[in-house]
Amino acid sequence: MGRLSLNQRAAILSFLLLAVGLVTWELSIPAQKLATDLTEYELLMGLGEQRAGVPPPSQVFEKAWEELSNPFYDAGPNDKGIGIQIGYSIYRVLTGYALAAAIAIPLGFLIGMSPVAYKALNPFIQVLRPISPLAWMPLALFIIQDSEASAIFVIFICSIWPMLINTAFGVAGVRQDWVNVARTHELGALRTAFTVILPAAAPTIVTGMRISIGIAWLVIVAAEMLVGGTGIGYYVWNEWNNLDLTSVIFSILMIGVVGMALDAAFGVLQRAVAYAE
Amino acid sequence: MSKPFLSVENLTQTYPDGQGGTLTVFEDAGFGVEKGEFVVILGHSGCGKSTIMNILAGLSEPTSGVVKMDGYAISGPSLDRGVVFQNYSLLPWLTTLKNVVFAVEARFPKWSKAKATEHAVKYLSMVGLNEDVLHRKPSQLSGGMRQRVSIARAFANHPKLLLLDEPFGALDALTRGTIQDELLKIWAGTQQTVFMITHDIDEAILLADRILLMTNGPFARVAEAVEITIPRPRTRTDIVEHPNYYAIRNHLVHFLGTRSRDLAGRQPGGTPAPTPIRIDKTDRPADGDGPALRAVNT
Repeated sequence: MGRLSLNQRAAILSFLLLAVGLVTWELSIPAQKLATDLTEYELLMGLGEQRAGVPPPSQVFEKAWEELSNPFYDAGPNDKGIGIQIGYSIYRVLTGYALAAAIAIPLGFLIGMSPVAYKALNPFIQVLRPISPLAWMPLALFIIQDSEASAIFVIFICSIWPMLINTAFGVAGVRQDWVNVARTHELGALRTAFTVILPAAAPTIVTGMRISIGIAWLVIVAAEMLVGGTGIGYYVWNEWNNLDLTSVIFSILMIGVVGMALDAAFGVLQRAVAYAE
Repeated sequence: MSKPFLSVENLTQTYPDGQGGTLTVFEDAGFGVEKGEFVVILGHSGCGKSTIMNILAGLSEPTSGVVKMDGYAISGPSLDRGVVFQNYSLLPWLTTLKNVVFAVEARFPKWSKAKATEHAVKYLSMVGLNEDVLHRKPSQLSGGMRQRVSIARAFANHPKLLLLDEPFGALDALTRGTIQDELLKIWAGTQQTVFMITHDIDEAILLADRILLMTNGPFARVAEAVEITIPRPRTRTDIVEHPNYYAIRNHLVHFLGTRSRDLAGRQPGGTPAPTPIRIDKTDRPADGDGPALRAVNT
Protein backbone atom coordinates (compact mmCIF):
# COMPACT_ATOMS: atom_id res chain seq x y z
CA MET A 1 0.00 0.00 0.00
CA GLY A 2 2.91 2.30 0.73
CA ARG A 3 3.70 2.59 -2.97
CA LEU A 4 0.30 3.98 -3.90
CA SER A 5 -0.11 7.73 -3.99
CA LEU A 6 -2.49 9.52 -1.65
CA ASN A 7 -4.97 10.01 -4.50
CA GLN A 8 -4.90 6.34 -5.44
CA ARG A 9 -5.50 5.25 -1.86
CA ALA A 10 -8.34 7.74 -1.52
CA ALA A 11 -9.89 6.50 -4.78
CA ILE A 12 -9.75 2.88 -3.60
CA LEU A 13 -11.40 3.83 -0.31
CA SER A 14 -14.12 5.82 -2.12
CA PHE A 15 -14.83 2.88 -4.38
CA LEU A 16 -15.01 0.48 -1.41
CA LEU A 17 -17.41 2.74 0.45
CA LEU A 18 -19.62 2.98 -2.65
CA ALA A 19 -19.60 -0.77 -3.17
CA VAL A 20 -20.39 -1.53 0.49
CA GLY A 21 -23.15 1.08 0.48
CA LEU A 22 -24.78 -0.23 -2.70
CA VAL A 23 -24.55 -3.87 -1.64
CA THR A 24 -26.06 -3.09 1.77
CA TRP A 25 -28.87 -1.13 0.13
CA GLU A 26 -29.53 -3.88 -2.40
CA LEU A 27 -29.55 -6.65 0.23
CA SER A 28 -31.68 -4.77 2.74
CA ILE A 29 -34.61 -4.55 0.34
CA PRO A 30 -36.74 -7.71 0.25
CA ALA A 31 -37.40 -8.99 -3.21
CA GLN A 32 -40.90 -8.16 -4.33
CA LYS A 33 -42.86 -10.36 -6.59
CA LEU A 34 -43.90 -8.76 -9.82
CA ALA A 35 -47.65 -8.60 -10.41
CA THR A 36 -47.22 -11.08 -13.24
CA ASP A 37 -45.55 -13.57 -10.90
CA LEU A 38 -48.46 -13.63 -8.47
CA THR A 39 -50.78 -16.53 -8.60
CA GLU A 40 -54.34 -15.87 -9.58
CA TYR A 41 -55.36 -16.54 -5.97
CA GLU A 42 -52.92 -14.01 -4.63
CA LEU A 43 -54.16 -11.45 -7.13
CA LEU A 44 -57.75 -12.07 -6.15
CA MET A 45 -57.01 -11.85 -2.44
CA GLY A 46 -54.68 -8.86 -2.75
CA LEU A 47 -51.84 -10.83 -1.19
CA GLY A 48 -48.99 -8.88 -2.68
CA GLU A 49 -46.67 -6.85 -0.43
CA GLN A 50 -48.56 -4.78 2.10
CA ARG A 51 -46.66 -1.63 1.26
CA ALA A 52 -44.51 -0.33 -1.56
CA GLY A 53 -40.81 -0.56 -0.81
CA VAL A 54 -37.88 1.65 -1.62
CA PRO A 55 -36.45 0.41 -4.92
CA PRO A 56 -33.03 -1.29 -4.80
CA PRO A 57 -30.05 0.32 -6.56
CA SER A 58 -30.18 -2.15 -9.42
CA GLN A 59 -33.60 -0.78 -10.38
CA VAL A 60 -32.32 2.78 -10.09
CA PHE A 61 -29.43 1.98 -12.41
CA GLU A 62 -31.80 0.36 -14.84
CA LYS A 63 -33.95 3.52 -14.78
CA ALA A 64 -30.90 5.73 -15.16
CA TRP A 65 -29.73 3.78 -18.16
CA GLU A 66 -33.15 4.02 -19.73
CA GLU A 67 -33.46 7.77 -19.09
CA LEU A 68 -29.91 8.69 -20.01
CA SER A 69 -29.90 6.74 -23.23
CA ASN A 70 -32.74 8.93 -24.47
CA PRO A 71 -32.58 12.17 -22.47
CA PHE A 72 -34.31 14.57 -24.86
CA TYR A 73 -37.58 12.89 -25.77
CA ASP A 74 -40.75 14.91 -25.43
CA ALA A 75 -43.97 12.97 -25.14
CA GLY A 76 -46.31 15.65 -23.84
CA PRO A 77 -46.39 17.95 -20.81
CA ASN A 78 -46.01 15.20 -18.21
CA ASP A 79 -43.49 13.03 -20.01
CA LYS A 80 -40.28 14.74 -21.03
CA GLY A 81 -36.74 13.40 -21.02
CA ILE A 82 -34.45 14.14 -18.08
CA GLY A 83 -32.18 16.21 -20.35
CA ILE A 84 -35.06 18.55 -21.24
CA GLN A 85 -36.06 18.93 -17.59
CA ILE A 86 -32.50 19.69 -16.47
CA GLY A 87 -32.11 22.02 -19.43
CA TYR A 88 -35.11 24.08 -18.27
CA SER A 89 -33.72 24.24 -14.75
CA ILE A 90 -30.27 25.31 -15.89
CA TYR A 91 -31.78 27.92 -18.19
CA ARG A 92 -33.76 29.43 -15.27
CA VAL A 93 -30.79 29.32 -12.92
CA LEU A 94 -28.42 30.91 -15.40
CA THR A 95 -30.90 33.64 -16.40
CA GLY A 96 -31.68 34.64 -12.83
CA TYR A 97 -28.04 34.29 -11.89
CA ALA A 98 -26.78 36.42 -14.78
CA LEU A 99 -29.28 39.18 -13.91
CA ALA A 100 -28.13 39.03 -10.29
CA ALA A 101 -24.46 39.19 -11.27
CA ALA A 102 -25.10 42.14 -13.60
CA ILE A 103 -26.50 44.09 -10.66
CA ALA A 104 -24.56 42.69 -7.70
CA ILE A 105 -21.03 43.07 -9.06
CA PRO A 106 -21.22 46.75 -10.12
CA LEU A 107 -23.25 47.63 -7.03
CA GLY A 108 -20.82 45.69 -4.84
CA PHE A 109 -17.97 47.65 -6.42
CA LEU A 110 -19.72 50.90 -5.53
CA ILE A 111 -20.41 49.79 -1.97
CA GLY A 112 -16.84 48.59 -1.58
CA MET A 113 -15.34 51.84 -2.88
CA SER A 114 -17.58 54.18 -0.94
CA PRO A 115 -17.91 53.97 2.84
CA VAL A 116 -21.02 56.18 2.61
CA ALA A 117 -22.74 53.83 0.19
CA TYR A 118 -21.70 50.91 2.39
CA LYS A 119 -23.24 52.40 5.51
CA ALA A 120 -26.34 53.59 3.66
CA LEU A 121 -27.11 50.27 1.97
CA ASN A 122 -26.01 47.92 4.73
CA PRO A 123 -29.30 47.98 6.71
CA PHE A 124 -31.30 47.06 3.58
CA ILE A 125 -28.92 44.23 2.74
CA GLN A 126 -29.01 42.90 6.29
CA VAL A 127 -32.83 42.81 6.32
CA LEU A 128 -33.32 41.41 2.80
CA ARG A 129 -30.54 38.83 2.88
CA PRO A 130 -31.95 36.39 5.46
CA ILE A 131 -35.35 36.19 3.73
CA SER A 132 -35.94 32.72 2.33
CA PRO A 133 -36.09 33.17 -1.44
CA LEU A 134 -39.30 31.14 -1.61
CA ALA A 135 -41.01 33.69 0.64
CA TRP A 136 -40.84 36.06 -2.32
CA MET A 137 -42.73 33.61 -4.52
CA PRO A 138 -46.34 34.74 -3.80
CA LEU A 139 -45.42 38.39 -4.22
CA ALA A 140 -43.50 37.60 -7.41
CA LEU A 141 -46.42 35.59 -8.81
CA PHE A 142 -48.84 38.41 -8.03
CA ILE A 143 -46.69 41.21 -9.46
CA ILE A 144 -45.10 39.43 -12.41
CA GLN A 145 -48.19 37.34 -13.26
CA ASP A 146 -46.01 34.71 -14.87
CA SER A 147 -44.80 31.54 -13.18
CA GLU A 148 -41.74 31.14 -15.39
CA ALA A 149 -40.52 34.69 -14.72
CA SER A 150 -41.36 34.31 -11.04
CA ALA A 151 -39.05 31.30 -10.78
CA ILE A 152 -36.31 33.31 -12.44
CA PHE A 153 -36.97 36.17 -10.03
CA VAL A 154 -36.60 33.84 -7.07
CA ILE A 155 -33.23 32.67 -8.42
CA PHE A 156 -32.24 36.30 -8.94
CA ILE A 157 -33.12 37.31 -5.41
CA CYS A 158 -31.37 34.36 -3.78
CA SER A 159 -28.13 34.61 -5.76
CA ILE A 160 -27.70 38.38 -5.51
CA TRP A 161 -26.67 38.56 -1.83
CA PRO A 162 -23.50 36.46 -1.66
CA MET A 163 -22.19 38.14 -4.83
CA LEU A 164 -23.05 41.62 -3.57
CA ILE A 165 -21.54 41.11 -0.15
CA ASN A 166 -18.41 39.37 -1.39
CA THR A 167 -17.78 41.96 -4.09
CA ALA A 168 -18.14 44.81 -1.61
CA PHE A 169 -15.93 42.99 0.88
CA GLY A 170 -13.28 42.15 -1.72
CA VAL A 171 -13.19 45.65 -3.15
CA ALA A 172 -13.05 47.32 0.26
CA GLY A 173 -10.24 44.99 1.30
CA VAL A 174 -7.87 45.69 -1.59
CA ARG A 175 -4.48 46.42 -0.07
CA GLN A 176 -3.73 50.13 0.17
CA ASP A 177 -0.26 49.44 -1.27
CA TRP A 178 -1.76 48.38 -4.59
CA VAL A 179 -4.07 51.36 -4.63
CA ASN A 180 -1.01 53.53 -3.98
CA VAL A 181 0.75 51.91 -6.94
CA ALA A 182 -2.22 52.93 -9.08
CA ARG A 183 -2.16 56.44 -7.64
CA THR A 184 1.59 56.99 -8.13
CA HIS A 185 1.19 55.80 -11.72
CA GLU A 186 -1.58 58.35 -12.29
CA LEU A 187 -4.14 55.75 -13.35
CA GLY A 188 -7.64 57.11 -13.85
CA ALA A 189 -10.58 55.82 -11.84
CA LEU A 190 -11.70 53.38 -14.54
CA ARG A 191 -8.24 52.01 -15.23
CA THR A 192 -7.63 51.62 -11.51
CA ALA A 193 -10.91 49.74 -11.20
CA PHE A 194 -10.14 47.36 -14.06
CA THR A 195 -6.38 46.87 -13.80
CA VAL A 196 -5.87 46.97 -10.03
CA ILE A 197 -9.05 46.65 -7.97
CA LEU A 198 -10.81 44.03 -10.09
CA PRO A 199 -7.89 41.57 -10.27
CA ALA A 200 -7.10 42.17 -6.60
CA ALA A 201 -10.69 41.51 -5.52
CA ALA A 202 -11.39 38.79 -8.11
CA PRO A 203 -10.76 35.80 -5.83
CA THR A 204 -13.24 37.13 -3.26
CA ILE A 205 -15.77 38.05 -5.96
CA VAL A 206 -15.56 34.60 -7.57
CA THR A 207 -15.96 32.95 -4.17
CA GLY A 208 -19.22 34.90 -3.83
CA MET A 209 -20.27 33.81 -7.32
CA ARG A 210 -19.54 30.20 -6.42
CA ILE A 211 -21.63 30.41 -3.25
CA SER A 212 -24.43 32.05 -5.26
CA ILE A 213 -24.58 29.40 -7.96
CA GLY A 214 -24.74 26.72 -5.26
CA ILE A 215 -27.65 28.45 -3.53
CA ALA A 216 -29.40 29.09 -6.87
CA TRP A 217 -29.25 25.38 -7.69
CA LEU A 218 -30.66 24.49 -4.26
CA VAL A 219 -33.49 26.96 -4.67
CA ILE A 220 -34.50 26.12 -8.24
CA VAL A 221 -35.65 22.63 -7.21
CA ALA A 222 -37.98 24.04 -4.57
CA ALA A 223 -39.14 26.86 -6.85
CA GLU A 224 -40.02 24.44 -9.65
CA MET A 225 -41.93 22.21 -7.25
CA LEU A 226 -44.10 25.27 -6.59
CA VAL A 227 -44.50 26.70 -10.07
CA GLY A 228 -44.68 23.35 -11.89
CA GLY A 229 -44.70 22.75 -15.60
CA THR A 230 -41.09 21.95 -16.39
CA GLY A 231 -37.74 21.57 -14.73
CA ILE A 232 -36.00 19.05 -12.55
CA GLY A 233 -37.83 20.20 -9.40
CA TYR A 234 -41.18 19.67 -11.12
CA TYR A 235 -39.93 16.29 -12.37
CA VAL A 236 -39.15 15.11 -8.82
CA TRP A 237 -42.54 16.22 -7.56
CA ASN A 238 -44.35 14.75 -10.56
CA GLU A 239 -42.66 11.37 -10.08
CA TRP A 240 -43.62 11.47 -6.41
CA ASN A 241 -47.23 12.01 -7.47
CA ASN A 242 -46.80 9.07 -9.83
CA LEU A 243 -45.38 7.07 -6.90
CA ASP A 244 -42.41 6.28 -9.10
CA LEU A 245 -39.73 6.20 -6.40
CA THR A 246 -37.12 4.86 -8.79
CA SER A 247 -37.43 8.02 -10.87
CA VAL A 248 -37.38 10.15 -7.70
CA ILE A 249 -34.10 8.62 -6.57
CA PHE A 250 -32.66 8.89 -10.05
CA SER A 251 -33.57 12.57 -10.32
CA ILE A 252 -32.17 13.29 -6.85
CA LEU A 253 -28.86 11.88 -8.05
CA MET A 254 -29.04 13.97 -11.22
CA ILE A 255 -29.61 17.14 -9.14
CA GLY A 256 -26.46 16.30 -7.24
CA VAL A 257 -24.42 15.65 -10.38
CA VAL A 258 -25.50 18.90 -12.08
CA GLY A 259 -24.86 20.88 -8.88
CA MET A 260 -21.41 19.38 -8.67
CA ALA A 261 -20.70 20.29 -12.31
CA LEU A 262 -21.79 23.91 -11.77
CA ASP A 263 -19.61 24.16 -8.68
CA ALA A 264 -16.65 22.61 -10.50
CA ALA A 265 -16.97 25.17 -13.30
CA PHE A 266 -16.68 27.97 -10.77
CA GLY A 267 -13.82 26.11 -9.12
CA VAL A 268 -11.93 26.34 -12.42
CA LEU A 269 -12.71 30.06 -12.63
CA GLN A 270 -11.58 30.51 -9.05
CA ARG A 271 -8.22 28.90 -9.75
CA ALA A 272 -7.83 31.09 -12.84
CA VAL A 273 -8.16 34.34 -10.87
CA ALA A 274 -6.29 33.20 -7.75
CA TYR A 275 -2.94 34.74 -6.89
CA ALA A 276 -0.43 34.21 -4.12
CA GLU A 277 0.85 37.23 -2.25
CA MET B 1 20.69 81.80 -3.91
CA SER B 2 18.57 80.07 -6.50
CA LYS B 3 15.85 77.71 -5.41
CA PRO B 4 16.86 74.05 -5.33
CA PHE B 5 15.17 71.55 -7.68
CA LEU B 6 13.04 70.21 -4.87
CA SER B 7 12.21 72.54 -2.06
CA VAL B 8 10.26 71.64 1.03
CA GLU B 9 8.95 74.74 2.74
CA ASN B 10 7.37 75.17 6.18
CA LEU B 11 6.01 71.67 6.22
CA THR B 12 3.86 70.95 9.28
CA GLN B 13 2.03 67.75 10.07
CA THR B 14 -0.29 67.36 13.02
CA TYR B 15 -2.57 64.48 13.95
CA PRO B 16 -5.38 64.42 16.48
CA ASP B 17 -3.95 62.76 19.60
CA GLY B 18 -7.20 61.01 20.47
CA GLN B 19 -7.80 63.17 23.55
CA GLY B 20 -9.12 66.23 21.81
CA GLY B 21 -5.71 67.80 21.32
CA THR B 22 -3.25 67.55 18.47
CA LEU B 23 0.07 65.85 18.12
CA THR B 24 2.63 67.71 16.04
CA VAL B 25 4.91 65.31 14.22
CA PHE B 26 7.00 68.05 12.69
CA GLU B 27 6.61 71.79 12.37
CA ASP B 28 7.96 74.18 9.74
CA ALA B 29 10.32 71.57 8.35
CA GLY B 30 12.27 72.78 5.35
CA PHE B 31 15.09 71.54 3.17
CA GLY B 32 16.10 71.38 -0.47
CA VAL B 33 17.36 68.74 -2.87
CA GLU B 34 19.41 69.64 -5.93
CA LYS B 35 18.90 68.06 -9.33
CA GLY B 36 20.84 64.82 -9.68
CA GLU B 37 21.50 64.69 -5.97
CA PHE B 38 21.14 61.55 -3.83
CA VAL B 39 19.74 62.62 -0.47
CA VAL B 40 19.14 60.26 2.41
CA ILE B 41 17.10 61.09 5.47
CA LEU B 42 18.05 59.43 8.76
CA GLY B 43 16.15 59.53 11.99
CA HIS B 44 14.51 57.46 14.67
CA SER B 45 11.10 55.87 14.26
CA GLY B 46 8.30 58.31 14.87
CA CYS B 47 10.18 61.38 13.66
CA GLY B 48 7.94 61.61 10.62
CA LYS B 49 10.28 60.36 7.90
CA SER B 50 7.58 58.23 6.34
CA THR B 51 5.12 61.08 6.60
CA ILE B 52 7.52 63.33 4.69
CA MET B 53 7.94 60.56 2.11
CA ASN B 54 4.18 60.20 1.67
CA ILE B 55 3.81 63.95 1.27
CA LEU B 56 6.57 64.03 -1.35
CA ALA B 57 4.91 61.10 -3.15
CA GLY B 58 1.61 62.99 -3.03
CA LEU B 59 -0.11 60.14 -1.19
CA SER B 60 -0.96 62.35 1.76
CA GLU B 61 -1.41 66.05 2.33
CA PRO B 62 0.56 68.02 4.93
CA THR B 63 -1.37 70.02 7.51
CA SER B 64 0.37 73.09 6.14
CA GLY B 65 3.35 74.00 4.03
CA VAL B 66 4.29 73.34 0.43
CA VAL B 67 6.60 71.12 -1.55
CA LYS B 68 7.84 72.65 -4.79
CA MET B 69 9.47 70.70 -7.56
CA ASP B 70 10.96 72.60 -10.51
CA GLY B 71 9.31 75.70 -9.07
CA TYR B 72 5.78 74.30 -9.00
CA ALA B 73 3.92 73.20 -5.89
CA ILE B 74 3.10 69.51 -6.05
CA SER B 75 -0.40 68.26 -5.45
CA GLY B 76 -1.36 64.60 -5.49
CA PRO B 77 0.67 61.69 -6.82
CA SER B 78 2.41 62.01 -10.15
CA LEU B 79 4.48 59.92 -12.54
CA ASP B 80 7.18 62.58 -12.13
CA ARG B 81 7.73 61.23 -8.64
CA GLY B 82 8.44 57.50 -8.69
CA VAL B 83 8.20 55.53 -5.47
CA VAL B 84 9.92 52.34 -4.35
CA PHE B 85 7.98 51.09 -1.35
CA GLN B 86 9.50 49.11 1.50
CA ASN B 87 7.10 46.21 0.91
CA TYR B 88 7.81 46.23 -2.87
CA SER B 89 4.11 46.76 -3.72
CA LEU B 90 4.25 44.59 -6.80
CA LEU B 91 0.91 43.47 -8.19
CA PRO B 92 0.89 39.75 -7.30
CA TRP B 93 -1.34 38.65 -10.17
CA LEU B 94 1.08 39.99 -12.79
CA THR B 95 4.42 38.48 -13.78
CA THR B 96 7.67 40.31 -13.12
CA LEU B 97 7.77 41.61 -16.67
CA LYS B 98 4.11 42.65 -16.70
CA ASN B 99 4.56 44.54 -13.45
CA VAL B 100 7.17 46.73 -15.14
CA VAL B 101 5.26 46.93 -18.44
CA PHE B 102 2.23 48.07 -16.44
CA ALA B 103 4.23 51.05 -15.17
CA VAL B 104 5.86 51.80 -18.52
CA GLU B 105 2.46 51.84 -20.23
CA ALA B 106 1.17 54.27 -17.61
CA ARG B 107 4.15 56.55 -18.20
CA PHE B 108 4.31 56.29 -21.98
CA PRO B 109 0.73 55.58 -23.07
CA LYS B 110 1.52 56.15 -26.74
CA TRP B 111 4.18 53.46 -26.93
CA SER B 112 3.39 50.20 -28.67
CA LYS B 113 3.17 47.04 -26.58
CA ALA B 114 6.42 45.79 -28.11
CA LYS B 115 8.30 48.99 -27.33
CA ALA B 116 7.02 49.06 -23.73
CA THR B 117 8.04 45.42 -23.27
CA GLU B 118 11.49 46.04 -24.72
CA HIS B 119 11.95 49.02 -22.40
CA ALA B 120 10.84 46.96 -19.39
CA VAL B 121 13.19 44.09 -20.29
CA LYS B 122 16.07 46.55 -20.57
CA TYR B 123 15.53 47.95 -17.08
CA LEU B 124 14.95 44.52 -15.57
CA SER B 125 18.26 43.34 -17.02
CA MET B 126 19.93 46.41 -15.46
CA VAL B 127 19.03 44.97 -12.05
CA GLY B 128 20.12 41.50 -13.08
CA LEU B 129 16.74 39.94 -13.85
CA ASN B 130 16.56 37.95 -17.07
CA GLU B 131 14.80 35.21 -18.96
CA ASP B 132 12.62 32.86 -16.94
CA VAL B 133 12.52 35.21 -13.93
CA LEU B 134 10.60 37.68 -16.09
CA HIS B 135 7.70 35.27 -16.38
CA ARG B 136 7.47 34.38 -12.71
CA LYS B 137 4.93 35.87 -10.35
CA PRO B 138 6.20 37.96 -7.42
CA SER B 139 5.24 35.18 -4.99
CA GLN B 140 7.81 32.95 -6.71
CA LEU B 141 10.62 35.47 -6.17
CA SER B 142 12.84 36.07 -3.15
CA GLY B 143 12.53 39.35 -1.26
CA GLY B 144 15.67 40.67 -2.89
CA MET B 145 14.43 39.87 -6.38
CA ARG B 146 11.08 41.50 -5.66
CA GLN B 147 12.79 44.68 -4.57
CA ARG B 148 14.90 44.58 -7.74
CA VAL B 149 11.69 44.45 -9.78
CA SER B 150 10.35 47.37 -7.83
CA ILE B 151 13.54 49.37 -8.44
CA ALA B 152 13.46 48.52 -12.16
CA ARG B 153 9.82 49.60 -12.29
CA ALA B 154 10.69 52.97 -10.76
CA PHE B 155 13.79 53.65 -12.89
CA ALA B 156 12.08 52.56 -16.12
CA ASN B 157 9.65 55.44 -15.73
CA HIS B 158 12.37 58.13 -15.69
CA PRO B 159 10.75 60.08 -12.86
CA LYS B 160 12.12 63.53 -12.14
CA LEU B 161 12.40 62.50 -8.51
CA LEU B 162 12.79 58.98 -7.21
CA LEU B 163 11.53 58.29 -3.70
CA LEU B 164 12.90 55.25 -1.89
CA ASP B 165 11.03 54.38 1.30
CA GLU B 166 13.39 52.14 3.29
CA PRO B 167 13.78 49.97 0.20
CA PHE B 168 16.14 47.51 1.84
CA GLY B 169 14.53 47.42 5.28
CA ALA B 170 13.02 43.96 4.83
CA LEU B 171 16.11 42.33 3.30
CA ASP B 172 18.91 40.38 4.96
CA ALA B 173 22.31 42.06 5.19
CA LEU B 174 23.96 40.14 2.34
CA THR B 175 21.14 40.69 -0.15
CA ARG B 176 20.98 44.30 0.93
CA GLY B 177 24.65 44.78 0.03
CA THR B 178 24.22 43.35 -3.46
CA ILE B 179 21.17 45.44 -4.22
CA GLN B 180 22.82 48.58 -2.87
CA ASP B 181 25.61 48.01 -5.38
CA GLU B 182 23.08 47.55 -8.14
CA LEU B 183 21.22 50.66 -7.10
CA LEU B 184 24.48 52.65 -7.19
CA LYS B 185 25.30 51.28 -10.63
CA ILE B 186 21.91 52.06 -12.14
CA TRP B 187 21.84 55.47 -10.44
CA ALA B 188 25.31 56.38 -11.74
CA GLY B 189 24.08 55.64 -15.26
CA THR B 190 21.00 57.87 -15.00
CA GLN B 191 21.96 60.69 -12.61
CA GLN B 192 18.46 60.44 -11.21
CA THR B 193 17.50 62.72 -8.32
CA VAL B 194 16.86 60.41 -5.37
CA PHE B 195 15.32 60.96 -1.96
CA MET B 196 15.62 57.97 0.33
CA ILE B 197 14.66 56.98 3.85
CA THR B 198 16.78 54.55 5.79
CA HIS B 199 17.69 53.42 9.30
CA ASP B 200 21.05 52.10 8.23
CA ILE B 201 23.99 54.48 8.73
CA ASP B 202 26.43 52.55 6.52
CA GLU B 203 23.89 52.35 3.75
CA ALA B 204 23.35 56.10 4.00
CA ILE B 205 27.07 56.86 3.75
CA LEU B 206 27.52 54.50 0.82
CA LEU B 207 24.67 55.94 -1.22
CA ALA B 208 24.19 59.57 -0.31
CA ASP B 209 25.58 62.89 -1.45
CA ARG B 210 23.98 64.45 1.57
CA ILE B 211 22.36 63.01 4.68
CA LEU B 212 19.55 64.89 6.42
CA LEU B 213 19.43 64.17 10.14
CA MET B 214 16.14 64.43 11.95
CA THR B 215 15.63 65.02 15.65
CA ASN B 216 13.20 62.86 17.59
CA GLY B 217 9.50 63.66 17.48
CA PRO B 218 7.19 65.22 18.39
CA PHE B 219 8.17 68.59 16.88
CA ALA B 220 10.84 66.80 14.88
CA ARG B 221 12.91 68.82 12.46
CA VAL B 222 15.74 68.37 10.02
CA ALA B 223 18.57 69.57 12.23
CA GLU B 224 21.63 68.90 10.10
CA ALA B 225 22.55 68.21 6.52
CA VAL B 226 25.78 66.24 6.43
CA GLU B 227 27.71 66.25 3.20
CA ILE B 228 29.36 62.95 2.36
CA THR B 229 32.86 63.93 1.32
CA ILE B 230 33.83 60.58 -0.13
CA PRO B 231 34.42 60.59 -3.87
CA ARG B 232 32.40 58.41 -6.21
CA PRO B 233 32.33 55.77 -7.53
CA ARG B 234 32.09 54.18 -4.10
CA THR B 235 32.09 50.53 -3.20
CA ARG B 236 31.24 49.03 0.14
CA THR B 237 34.73 47.69 0.65
CA ASP B 238 36.64 50.80 -0.43
CA ILE B 239 34.76 53.50 1.42
CA VAL B 240 35.68 52.10 4.83
CA GLU B 241 39.34 52.80 3.97
CA HIS B 242 38.63 56.45 3.26
CA PRO B 243 39.82 58.83 6.02
CA ASN B 244 36.47 60.61 6.10
CA TYR B 245 34.43 57.45 6.53
CA TYR B 246 34.74 56.97 10.27
CA ALA B 247 34.68 60.68 10.99
CA ILE B 248 31.33 60.96 9.21
CA ARG B 249 30.08 57.70 10.66
CA ASN B 250 30.96 58.77 14.20
CA HIS B 251 29.21 62.06 13.69
CA LEU B 252 26.06 60.26 12.52
CA VAL B 253 26.21 57.72 15.36
CA HIS B 254 26.57 60.50 17.91
CA PHE B 255 23.71 62.40 16.40
CA LEU B 256 21.36 59.44 16.41
CA GLY B 257 22.61 58.24 19.78
CA THR B 258 22.41 61.41 21.85
CA ARG B 259 21.98 64.65 19.96
CA SER B 260 18.77 63.66 18.21
CA ARG B 261 17.29 63.47 21.71
CA ASP B 262 19.02 66.58 23.09
CA LEU B 263 17.94 68.70 20.14
CA ALA B 264 14.39 67.34 20.23
CA GLY B 265 11.42 69.47 21.08
CA ARG B 266 10.04 72.74 19.90
CA GLN B 267 12.54 75.46 19.09
CA PRO B 268 11.86 78.92 20.48
CA GLY B 269 11.55 81.45 17.69
CA GLY B 270 10.60 79.09 14.93
CA THR B 271 12.33 76.13 13.33
CA PRO B 272 15.77 76.95 11.98
CA ALA B 273 16.94 75.66 8.62
CA PRO B 274 19.13 72.54 8.78
CA THR B 275 22.77 73.28 9.60
CA PRO B 276 25.04 72.17 6.77
CA ILE B 277 27.91 70.01 8.05
CA ARG B 278 31.02 69.22 6.08
CA ILE B 279 33.50 66.76 7.47
CA ASP B 280 36.64 66.42 5.40
CA LYS B 281 39.87 65.10 6.83
CA THR B 282 41.67 64.93 3.52
CA ASP B 283 42.16 68.68 2.93
CA ARG B 284 42.97 69.47 6.59
CA PRO B 285 45.40 66.76 7.62
CA ALA B 286 47.17 68.78 10.38
CA ASP B 287 44.17 69.85 12.41
CA GLY B 288 45.50 68.27 15.59
CA ASP B 289 43.36 69.14 18.60
CA GLY B 290 40.82 71.18 16.67
CA PRO B 291 37.20 70.18 16.44
CA ALA B 292 36.65 67.12 14.31
CA LEU B 293 33.85 68.80 12.48
CA ARG B 294 33.20 72.21 11.16
CA ALA B 295 29.84 73.79 10.70
CA VAL B 296 29.49 75.97 7.66
CA ASN B 297 26.62 78.40 7.56
CA THR B 298 25.51 79.45 4.16
